Amino acid sequence: MLVKVFITPKRGVLDPQGRAIEHSLKSLGFNNVGQVRMGKYIELEVAAASSEEAASEVKRMCDQLLANSVIEDYRLEVERA
Amino acid sequence: MKWGVVTFPGSLDDRDALFALRDVLEQDAELLWHKDRDLRNADCVVLPGGFSYGDYLRCGAMARFSPVMESVVDFARRGGLVLGICNGFQILCEAHLLPGALTRNRSLSFICERIIVKVENSQTPFTCAADSGELLRLPIKHGEGRYVAPADELRRMEDRGQILLRYVDQNGEATDSANPNGSTHCIAGVANDTFNVFGLMPHPEHAVEPMLGGDDGIRIFRSIIQSLG
Repeated sequence: MLVKVFITPKRGVLDPQGRAIEHSLKSLGFNNVGQVRMGKYIELEVAAASSEEAASEVKRMCDQLLANSVIEDYRLEVERA
Repeated sequence: MKWGVVTFPGSLDDRDALFALRDVLEQDAELLWHKDRDLRNADCVVLPGGFSYGDYLRCGAMARFSPVMESVVDFARRGGLVLGICNGFQILCEAHLLPGALTRNRSLSFICERIIVKVENSQTPFTCAADSGELLRLPIKHGEGRYVAPADELRRMEDRGQILLRYVDQNGEATDSANPNGSTHCIAGVANDTFNVFGLMPHPEHAVEPMLGGDDGIRIFRSIIQSLG
């Protein structure tokens, strides 16, 4: 299985990188852009019998290492490799 | 008393801490290797500054899983004194020995300058050689030092006196312009709720002799010596 992990700063946590990107986009004339949040993307190959099994395994990885729950949220997508 | 200073791959300030302890304060101190679980009877363990494990993923996230940290966590849970400086502070937060997290500076720039912190609580093993309200001039050098914690946790920390150091101006006021990195409540250093673990972004080990531009950092080390003495 291929598991895609999207990690973003929690709402309410100041994201200076996202803000800098937002300002740059606006200065380029992209005035429709609203708040920008900048995060991380991690792809993992996981041996698992089902999508559910792969997702629950990667969720444990996120809780223990990949994301810091104090400042970050994450979501997963599972694809059959 | 005996000190142990941990060397992780990517630690930079382990030898500076050792110099401060051995050469300036004439303490019994030695380096502890990240792969060793033996803390060699240290009474206080120092996690130094640097970029442990390349700061991959998040600052301090990888160091937390090194063998020595298993012993440091046990040691801290039994009440042992642990001091985390800069990257060491980040590691202590990642290891859940301290609440909160350290994030990218508000300015997005790496900051290297001398700042002023106020001792907010001098009734702790890490600050007892200073007076509450005393101002210390210390260097900072970090890219990710903006302290954040959930609002309810912050309230509890403020109530219990866990905020030991705050960035302030020359008049001792915690103003926005005195806040170098955008830390919540101008927080520069925090303790756990049992006051045996302390993390701070400023570097006391770089301020131990007038030749280094000041010796206010000695206050922190002297406090620890005094509290165990």
